[in-house]
Amino acid sequence: MKKTAEKWDCNSRKTTLNLGLWTGAWVLTMALATFGPKFLWEGNSTLTLVGILINLAIGIGVIIANKKHLNSLDELQRKIQLEAMGATLGVAVIFGLSYSMLDTTNIISYDAEISHLVILIGLTYLAGTIIGTLRYR
Amino acid sequence: MKNIIKILRAQQDLTQAQLANKLEVSRQTVNAIEKGKFDPSLPLAFRIARLFDKNIEDIFTDEE
Repeated sequence: MKKTAEKWDCNSRKTTLNLGLWTGAWVLTMALATFGPKFLWEGNSTLTLVGILINLAIGIGVIIANKKHLNSLDELQRKIQLEAMGATLGVAVIFGLSYSMLDTTNIISYDAEISHLVILIGLTYLAGTIIGTLRYR
Repeated sequence: MKNIIKILRAQQDLTQAQLANKLEVSRQTVNAIEKGKFDPSLPLAFRIARLFDKNIEDIFTDEE
């Protein structure tokens, strides 16, 4: 029993670390694909395409690592994640579309960038996870 | 749902962390169940009952 419990705890830590590593690699390759054409290979399309494909491949790895991480959580942790994801999806769709309409109707003078939505998604998910963790503390 | 996990845990001189290890869940989950903030799934409730050698209804009672 003790061995199984230790195995569960160990597996949970391992999948969390694994997800962190994949996410870190994804961010790095994203930076490489974004800034590489300007600072490293001066607009070489082939290298840019390779950079984007590597980023995409690692992104798929992030998705798989995230799935494994969710499977390693216990039922309360999964509930917290589910509630945070639900809130994030709602906020992303509702605010994202409103923000897009503000842009298309020229109510805002600047372009509605996808990066703004990604920041909103990240912050909402973070807030949802923190609130959920505090609620069940 | 109300439960008597805290009492049973104290009788067996177990900490929340030790009980969590035995149940293969996080300490936070044990704490949330003890405080009635989170109702465990049926499989987890069965694991808890088995661990304390009791029936589920001896441990958990419906508040309604």
